[in-house]
Amino acid sequence: MYKYVIKRLLLLIPTLFGAAVLVFLLLRAVPGDVCQLRLGGGGEWIDPVALEQCKIQLGLNDPLHLQLVDFLASFFTFNFGESMWTGRPVAFEIGLRFELSLQIAIMATLVSIIVAIPLGTISAIKQNTWIDYLVRTISIAGIAIPSFWLGIIIILGLLITTQAWTGTPWMPPIDYRPLWEDPGYNLSMLIWPAVATGYRYSAVATRMTRSALLEVLREDYVRTARAKGLLEKMIINRHALRNSLLPVVTIIGIEFAFLMGGLVVTEQVFNLNGIGKLFVESVTNQDYVMTQSLVMLVVTIFVLVNLVVDILYAVLDPRIRYS
Amino acid sequence: MATLSEGRLAVAMFEEPAALKPWHVKLRDMARKQPVGVAGAIIVVLMVLMAIFADIVTPYDPLLNSYEYMLAPPDGNYIFGTDMLGRDVYSRIVYGARTALFVGFASAAVGGILGLILGVSSAYFGGLFDLIFQRVMDVFMAFPLVIMALAVVSILGTGTENVILAIIVPFVPRCARVVRSSALQIREIPYIDAAKACGFGHARIILRHMAPNVMAPFLIMITAFVGQAILTEASLSYLGLGVQEPTPAWGLMLQGGAEEFAESAPWVAVFPGLAITLAVFGFNLFGDALRDVLDPRLRSSQ
Amino acid sequence: MKTSFTRLAMTAGLGAAVAAGGIVAASAEEPKQGGVLRIVVGSKIPSYDGHRESTFGMIHPIRPFYSLLIRVNPDDPQSSNFICDLCEGDVPTATNDGKTYTFKIRQGAEFHDGTPLTAHDIVATYNKIVFPPEGILSNRVSRFAMVEKISAPDDFTVQFDLKYASPGFMPMVATPFNFVYAKKDLERVDPEGKDPQYGMKWHQNNINGTGAFSFVEHQPGSHVLGKRHEKYHHEGKPYLDGFKAISAPKMSVRIQAIRGGRADIEFRGFPPKSRDDLVKALGDDITVQESAWNCTFGYAGNQTKPLFQDKRVRQAMTLALDRWGASNYLSKIAIVKTVGGLALPGHPLATDEATLKTYYGYWPDIEKSREKARELLKEAGAEGASFKIWNRAVDQPYKVVGTWMLDQWKQVGLNVEQVVVPTGPWYAGLRDPDAFDVAIWPSCQSVVNPIVDAGAWISKERAADNRGYYTDPVLDEWYDQMNREGDPAKQAELYRKFEKRVLHDEAHFGQVLWWHKINPHRSFVKGWKIAPSHYLNQSLDQVWLDVPDEERKQRTMDELGG
Repeated sequence: MYKYVIKRLLLLIPTLFGAAVLVFLLLRAVPGDVCQLRLGGGGEWIDPVALEQCKIQLGLNDPLHLQLVDFLASFFTFNFGESMWTGRPVAFEIGLRFELSLQIAIMATLVSIIVAIPLGTISAIKQNTWIDYLVRTISIAGIAIPSFWLGIIIILGLLITTQAWTGTPWMPPIDYRPLWEDPGYNLSMLIWPAVATGYRYSAVATRMTRSALLEVLREDYVRTARAKGLLEKMIINRHALRNSLLPVVTIIGIEFAFLMGGLVVTEQVFNLNGIGKLFVESVTNQDYVMTQSLVMLVVTIFVLVNLVVDILYAVLDPRIRYS
Repeated sequence: MATLSEGRLAVAMFEEPAALKPWHVKLRDMARKQPVGVAGAIIVVLMVLMAIFADIVTPYDPLLNSYEYMLAPPDGNYIFGTDMLGRDVYSRIVYGARTALFVGFASAAVGGILGLILGVSSAYFGGLFDLIFQRVMDVFMAFPLVIMALAVVSILGTGTENVILAIIVPFVPRCARVVRSSALQIREIPYIDAAKACGFGHARIILRHMAPNVMAPFLIMITAFVGQAILTEASLSYLGLGVQEPTPAWGLMLQGGAEEFAESAPWVAVFPGLAITLAVFGFNLFGDALRDVLDPRLRSSQ
Repeated sequence: MKTSFTRLAMTAGLGAAVAAGGIVAASAEEPKQGGVLRIVVGSKIPSYDGHRESTFGMIHPIRPFYSLLIRVNPDDPQSSNFICDLCEGDVPTATNDGKTYTFKIRQGAEFHDGTPLTAHDIVATYNKIVFPPEGILSNRVSRFAMVEKISAPDDFTVQFDLKYASPGFMPMVATPFNFVYAKKDLERVDPEGKDPQYGMKWHQNNINGTGAFSFVEHQPGSHVLGKRHEKYHHEGKPYLDGFKAISAPKMSVRIQAIRGGRADIEFRGFPPKSRDDLVKALGDDITVQESAWNCTFGYAGNQTKPLFQDKRVRQAMTLALDRWGASNYLSKIAIVKTVGGLALPGHPLATDEATLKTYYGYWPDIEKSREKARELLKEAGAEGASFKIWNRAVDQPYKVVGTWMLDQWKQVGLNVEQVVVPTGPWYAGLRDPDAFDVAIWPSCQSVVNPIVDAGAWISKERAADNRGYYTDPVLDEWYDQMNREGDPAKQAELYRKFEKRVLHDEAHFGQVLWWHKINPHRSFVKGWKIAPSHYLNQSLDQVWLDVPDEERKQRTMDELGG
């Protein structure tokens, strides 16, 4: 086990290195640069002298291999440098938005658990009845609805219904206040994107709960329990559900990792100042330093969560032994 | 953790070879036990028909701007209304099915085949090749799609082919991984050793002996992926990184004006959104049902 | 005494109509003190240093912290008249054959940190803008090329000496990016002793101005908050206790924010359809202000490519566009409206409609025009020629108008496609003549200054942003002549010739439609008047909120605390 963890951690190094080189090359393959955007982002005339100075200042004129070495060094020494757009430290810019994205990711995960486990369970118990079909339809619709579209519909729905009921239109706040400062304001802003994303991510978890439960329900010990005349409710709660939770935990874990990088569109629609919006901004600004750091953050979270999930698997299920 | 369950599924295939049943029996099984899946299949078939016969079922040229009918509400002439340049929303949705299906099938097919070959080879060769290959796949899997799409679009230009390329990149590793885990189990089965003993080449063993045996999980995945690809295309087009105006495409139709004017001209935003939802929904239902039918462990005994 | 005299002089200078309007407004509504204005801003803040930036994304949230030497008159932002901001009395006129401008500086103005303003601050500021030291970015060096020397003969006088007389000088001084900084801030020493230019860079990340509001906080990506500057030099102003500029990159969010009461106003502009929607949903609670917008929207064929070297092809392209029709229907959905030539319609230099209608592409009869286009294409052997429009992935107005142009050109048999790319690669492509066929070529300027702005259309060797990549010595000569011409009538005549050559004779550039600025805002926002540019009139010192006292108090409490 111990050896396995070490081995997996070592294997992270080539993955991260590969991702770093890939993002580095991809960003520079895109024509244009942050200086052109900063000096003429509104279509204005650009002073060529100023343009050249800006490039020199940001190191854009350095040879490519030097830029790559700089970037790799910055990543492995945890000194990510300054955003090319704002000039502020990358760690500061990310830290500022991390709280919001983390809160939504947690809230969305909670929503998806609250939705998925009961629905998946009902669906499995009532397999191939209309309840099952209904639940599956609802959960698959979650994957099918484009999140940007759902966002538009939610905001518009809120505006129209509140105006119809109260006379004054209401929409979620568009600027963030931390949970501990103003919980009402905070939640009234974040609950909508959390529900929209949580619903989407619950679809996979519902399906997983259903099929895992179905599998467990056919195990011998469940049959034995039934033969002993135990109540079906008891069988489900005491035996089956608990044993089928493992793959569900896995799926939720992996989704959480995806969520941190996957809020891009939702944050746009609800005007949330989180990691996703920062990501889109830095990509459109061609802010190499910021984008590289964000990509590495997302990739790192992704591989680490994957690792933790695999280890959890081993801890929770004694049948699995890694070597 | 799709990997684990699908790996198990591949083993199950050998215990009870469902794939060997005649196709019409399977179809009947499915219709009886999987009304949801059949609903999905109907949606898919309808969509395909719509795309094929787009010229016949649409009253207008999807590219025709009618400036005197801009943002006209649905009526007898325009059953889904018109968009901000006066184009018929219904015709654009029907033609949009062509774009969506083309992107969906093409990326599923190309990405799937690449993933299949890579996954099986990785399992077959094992060792260092497998290890390195796995790391490369890790990189692509964890890599954010938006960056990939932006780079592809900026380097190669916008357009349908490039959208497909951007969609395939993250799909290949996922596919390869599922295929690999199934193939790993097959590799242990004696007949592969027998084939090796006969002196067959690597390519022949991979393509003739291993690949066909991982088809079940592969097909299930491909079906679901068509839906995902359609959704991804819509998202990329919505972000301005996908298909370009004036090509009719659902994601593109939802962009810009559709969003801003959604309150007073809801038809521009609602119908393309429904089209995407329905299409992705159809492919997912179908894939889900396919999984239930093909995986004997999950087949109802009640 | 001094101030009242200034006001009198100002009013007299501006003409009766404005003065009358001002009096009526003053007697009808007394501005109310207090409250916080909430703005939504669609673009980002690259840094706080106006001298190096050029985006409205930093003007809207940062400009209220600073003052200018002179500014566009906030009571009449449509006029080309400037009034003093930090200077005193009338805006100076040139002496010494147009080569010297002397500004009297206002006494009693104070920076937010308590430092009193003197002429030396203004000299230090303009030296940074016009003669930045090596390694310091200033975005307007070339446009101030006429300036020889800036000096302060005494503590409250600033003198600009020019190399040659130039009509472009005063509009450049009024450019809203020329924030006045304190000399002592520019001379700050790095506490760590590392950066010798610490002071020159200090304003990139710090704010200390003499503007109507002082800086409270900036949460990057979220908002900027400012509170009333008690020692503001315009007496009795600002009316607001503060302002909050909230970042909202998506147009639909900005519209919804005003609809749902999360913001009061947006200063860039909304599409006409959204204006109608807001008015329909909120009725009297919405006030709409509209203005011609000092932004051109045009295109140019890339003349490094053989197809566009033939002027008949270029003329056919402009003839194919139904501008008068588009002005009618595109203006219902896009932020473009006015048919015009090179100068902002309504400006004294703008060509009258009758003359305009004789130019290619402006004929009232579109069928005849398209016929002529087909004929020219046939003559040039370019029937059914194929090309691509290089467009920017921004909806308003780029993609909407681009898609329309594509349709128009198809109607004369051209085979046109559109390539839409994100902003960064788009600009990069424009700078690379191999990258595109036909470029969308918009140009947004702040202060209306057609003579200087015509520099965009001279030869590529001299105009860095010439998207047609052409060389036309005739235009260059006329441009220089009109910039040196002192007689307005002769200047206008030269401008006519210049314009006709660009649009008609050579058809180097196709001016499609001028942008149209529409600002629907909550009706309780008073005192803000729309300018022909989203860069202008953004000091917010005149703005007040016509809401009940409790609500103003509540807003101040909510945003700024007790």
